[in-house]
Amino acid sequence: MDFSLTPEHEMVVRMVRDFAEKEVAPYIKEYDRAHKPFVRAIERMAELGIMGICIPVRYGGQGMDYISLGLACEELERVDTFLRVVMSVHVGLNSLGLLQWGTEEQKQRFLVPQARGERWAAFGLTEPGAGSDVAAMAATARREGDSYILNGEKMWISLASMAHNFLVFARTDPKAPPHQGITAFIVERETKGITTGDIHGKLGVRAGSTGWIAMNDVEVPAENRLGEEGEGFKIAMSCLDNGRYTIGAGATGLIRACLEASAKYAHERRTFGRPIAEHQLVQQMIARMRRDYEIGRLLYLRAGWLKNQGIRNTWQTSLAKWFATEASFAAASDAIQIHGAYGYSDEYDVERFLRNAKGACIYEGTSQIHELIQAQYVLGYRQDRPLRCELPAYDPEEWQREA
Amino acid sequence: MHIVVCTKQTPDSAAKLTVDAAGNVSWGDSPIVINPWDEYAVEEALLIKERLGGNARVTVISMGPEAALEALKHAIAMGADEGIRIWDPIFEGSDTLATSYVLAKAIEKMGDVDLVLFGKSAIDSQTGQIPVEVAYRLGFSPLTYVIKIAELDPAGKTIIAERLLEQGRQVVKAPLPAVVGTIKGINEPRYPSFMGIRKATRAQYPVWSATDIGADPAKVGAAGSGVRWTRIFSPPTREGKAEIIQAETVEETVRILVDKLMAEKVI
Ligand SMILES: Cc1cc2nc3c(=O)[nH]c(=O)nc-3n(C[C@H](O)[C@H](O)[C@H](O)COP(=O)(O)OP(=O)(O)OC[C@H]3O[C@@H](n4cnc5c(N)ncnc54)[C@H](O)[C@@H]3O)c2cc1C
Ligand SMILES: Cc1cc2nc3c(=O)[nH]c(=O)nc-3n(C[C@H](O)[C@H](O)[C@H](O)COP(=O)(O)OP(=O)(O)OC[C@H]3O[C@@H](n4cnc5c(N)ncnc54)[C@H](O)[C@@H]3O)c2cc1C
Repeated sequence: MDFSLTPEHEMVVRMVRDFAEKEVAPYIKEYDRAHKPFVRAIERMAELGIMGICIPVRYGGQGMDYISLGLACEELERVDTFLRVVMSVHVGLNSLGLLQWGTEEQKQRFLVPQARGERWAAFGLTEPGAGSDVAAMAATARREGDSYILNGEKMWISLASMAHNFLVFARTDPKAPPHQGITAFIVERETKGITTGDIHGKLGVRAGSTGWIAMNDVEVPAENRLGEEGEGFKIAMSCLDNGRYTIGAGATGLIRACLEASAKYAHERRTFGRPIAEHQLVQQMIARMRRDYEIGRLLYLRAGWLKNQGIRNTWQTSLAKWFATEASFAAASDAIQIHGAYGYSDEYDVERFLRNAKGACIYEGTSQIHELIQAQYVLGYRQDRPLRCELPAYDPEEWQREA
Repeated sequence: MHIVVCTKQTPDSAAKLTVDAAGNVSWGDSPIVINPWDEYAVEEALLIKERLGGNARVTVISMGPEAALEALKHAIAMGADEGIRIWDPIFEGSDTLATSYVLAKAIEKMGDVDLVLFGKSAIDSQTGQIPVEVAYRLGFSPLTYVIKIAELDPAGKTIIAERLLEQGRQVVKAPLPAVVGTIKGINEPRYPSFMGIRKATRAQYPVWSATDIGADPAKVGAAGSGVRWTRIFSPPTREGKAEIIQAETVEETVRILVDKLMAEKVI
């Protein structure tokens, strides 16, 4: 057993941290206050290769491993959640889905430009009437010759109004049992019949973008179908195994942000003749943040290690996501508590941390859904079955091969 | 064209420095990073190489123990071609005089160097002496505070540089080989690339000893140093007071500010 990061990992951490601290931290409050998407930051992540970090070089990526993806997410969300949300949907939910399920031709056409950051990617699963209960989705896809005609609406989709490629799910067989009639499609923004918009008035990730996609008789060529007909539910779930990993890692970074801000403030602020850091009840909150940071980190690094090995990690990833997101919400709440009234204003970062933390307890499986998943595995109600396509294990040589 | 960048490792700029009663300086468990000013020097070397269509080689060197590898690795990850560490136990205790001697001997050994780039100063010891000392020892043109390399002519062996001085910008032309001390603003240093990171962690970093560079043992380490430390202590913490002036109107705020500055004899 080896708990150390490689020198490569350490350099990745420093590089991503430098980027986030220099190019995002100084401006994030301004964008967040104005509910303005920080587009330049996403463009920079693309230029620096962060958006293709763990995709093989021959598919336009940087050839790093899955642990590097997690470490990058931790550093990004330490500065702001919206950066990590971009990673979750662009890399975790979409690009890794293409890597796992795509044909060689689909990888060349869609994964390459995504990994290079030239085309941004989103994931359209949720609908106005179907969130946790994915199988209740109403969007339809009707086969007509060499095409499918898609109709329906996707809601709460990160990067809806900005992404170039969408991975959307729709029902192809209305008569099949709910989980078996769903199919996945790669849809390009330019396709006729697609309209998108933003959702306004969000509690958090205000520097990011969350919106809706409406599909009105959208004609998608059959070669854009990801996987087989009826395989959509399985594909969605396997994409979530990767998206949730980025969230668990990111939420861990958010706990670290709370911890750093709290420790700093606790040394500065004095009450009753001493720094508040010396009051035991303040120490208790800080100790809990430290505990949760370390647990969150161990959980996501284990999940990353399993991915590197090519071992299924559904429950381990779910656990990392569930634990770290709930813990980040608690950490942010305590961070505000430690900052007193100042923490209640946007002069400090901690109120933004709280607003951002809540979303992650809802998307990609609410905390309740993860709680159920954990119990179901323990009780034997749920078991992993082999998939037709598994997420490939990380093989440095294979990942760094040029062609 | 062969460009050498001299660099050293320093504690992270956020490090807290403490000095104990015996005068031992500690940076705590602060991470060791490339001297931040040196990133401008590395970037400038890479920009020159790109301008010359790749017709240049960038070697980074550092005199220092194992920890100096951090600086070399960072430079390679940014895109430098080769990193060489210069170290020998007898270098221990070198001041700037001895350090510049070692660096100059190493550059001399390479034989084909046209340009030596430095950062403005090292953020820990911060003397800014090394670049000029190295230039003097090698007989290279010393150009410090360089904010822009306006022209570089490898064939004609000349360089035109703009120096940022208190009085303004000075444009100077000098023969190559030259030593250039870069300053912030000359460029925007790039981050290491992922490919560069892989290269840096797999690269070999040769270590050149005193014998390798033909250094005279009497001129290195404590023996070759002119500086004697009599006492080391933390500077007293500066007690500053900030005041925010808030008046009804901008004009009123400015008036109060000007009054205060005049009262303090600042203006
Ligand atoms: C900021 C943000 C970004 C998002 N980005 C995306 C995206 O990019 N792509 C995408 O497809 N979706 C996205 N979503 C949608 C998100 O995945 C859903 O909101 C989530 O799955 C929950 O669905 P719901 O909102 O419909 O809640 P519901 O499913 O209606 O749940 C409501 C409540 O009931 C509880 N509940 C539901 N079922 C059960 C049960 N069986 N037992 C116990 N409790 C239960 C839930 O835990 C929750 O508390 C995003 C959401 C947000 C807030
Ligand atoms: C192991 C060790 C022991 C030391 N012991 C002593 C001692 O006993 N007495 C003493 O007076 N000082 C000692 N020093 C300090 C040392 O003299 C200075 O740190 C060093 O000479 C650099 O000076 P500076 O920081 O003022 O650099 P500056 O002149 O401010 O730096 C200007 C430029 O020179 C580069 N540069 C500086 N040093 C090196 C180097 N070693 N290799 C490559 N490039 C370099 C910098 O990166 C920067 O680009 C020691 C340093 C080390 C690493």
